[in-house]
Amino acid sequence: MSGSSNLVAMKKVVQQLRFEASINRVKVSQAAADLQQFCMQNALQDPLLTGVSSSTNPFRPQKVCSFL
Amino acid sequence: MAAEKAEMDALKKECDGLRAQIEAARKAVNDNTMSGAAGGVASVGRVQLKLRKTLKGHLAKIYAMHWSADSRQMVSASQDGKLLVWDCFTGNKLVAVPLKSAWVMSVAFAPSGNLVASGGLDNICTVYNIKAASPKTLRELDAHTGYLSCCRFLSDSEIITASGDTTCCLWDLETGKQKIMFTNHIGDCMSLALSPDMNTFISGACDSLAKLWDVRDGACKQTFSGHTSDINAIAFFPSGNAVITGSDDCSCKMYDLRSDQEVIGYQDTSLNAGVTSLALSSSGRLIFAGYDDFNCHIWDSLKGEKVGVLSGHDNRVSCTGVPDDGMGVCTGSWDSFLKLWN
Repeated sequence: MSGSSNLVAMKKVVQQLRFEASINRVKVSQAAADLQQFCMQNALQDPLLTGVSSSTNPFRPQKVCSFL
Repeated sequence: MAAEKAEMDALKKECDGLRAQIEAARKAVNDNTMSGAAGGVASVGRVQLKLRKTLKGHLAKIYAMHWSADSRQMVSASQDGKLLVWDCFTGNKLVAVPLKSAWVMSVAFAPSGNLVASGGLDNICTVYNIKAASPKTLRELDAHTGYLSCCRFLSDSEIITASGDTTCCLWDLETGKQKIMFTNHIGDCMSLALSPDMNTFISGACDSLAKLWDVRDGACKQTFSGHTSDINAIAFFPSGNAVITGSDDCSCKMYDLRSDQEVIGYQDTSLNAGVTSLALSSSGRLIFAGYDDFNCHIWDSLKGEKVGVLSGHDNRVSCTGVPDDGMGVCTGSWDSFLKLWN
């Protein structure tokens, strides 16, 4: 009967919302500070930020090799 | 009948109450903005990456690509009915996998490098062993009732899939059977991303929601709203504490998992194209987002500013990926080419 399956579905929605409502939330200021700190700590190891020198660039156009 | 209606009304009221409670709880911790907090952070300046290689070989639109864990090999999928495995250092094609169905939408590399998986409008996720003398079909994972939009390996024995049937699924590759179904979205699931610790994953769907799931117990732990159209792309911030989404509403958003809310949006009035794909640099500072306007735009994740663009494709950028070592960005396009930038 469609009525009771709607009820079952609705109960699941309520159950899910109860679960999601129950979590602890951290202040955005704290969360933002932590994300910033992660970026700062890893900035020097981020090749796309620091740049890649041509001698160590794995994607640089290959020099042609020839058999002599 | 009347009793049922009364119960339904009571449940609806409880739903509304809970939604209001969640919004109030989110507001209560919303004591600052990300961009405000990033006031003291140095700007990254203009990010100008160079095109290093154009990978030619596909004969039709490229729909997906995925880097190998070795940061050297990469697999791409095209509706020419092939998967190509590339050595991105030399630009050589290493393996070509012919597909039973050309309508491919997703491709994934297993962390071991031994397997790749793909799927699309056939509703099936097919897993191939690419270390065999010629690519061998290992498993056909056939249970979704909608298209396969995304797949990601946990290991050589487990894979997670996202489908147009609104569910995601964890499969056991030894048996070929579904282990866990993740059901809660009310629209086609379009993409998924694994957390760095692989205990959770996030999915983005056409219901404009992003959901965080527990891999082991199937529970939907958190739901993030705010987008006004389909979420096509999703990725974890490398610390695992935030999630970035890209949508047909032409914006990207960052949601912090611990604050349970959107903390910053990435949009520009001049950008009127949907976001198809996204990837982050290794520190999380740069977001590379592929758009329908044929470009990949680069955003400063902390300040919310556009800091660069990768231009060169002649059609929609459909996929974007940064390898684990962070050494470059790969963009794939409907123009049939893949480009490597750094």
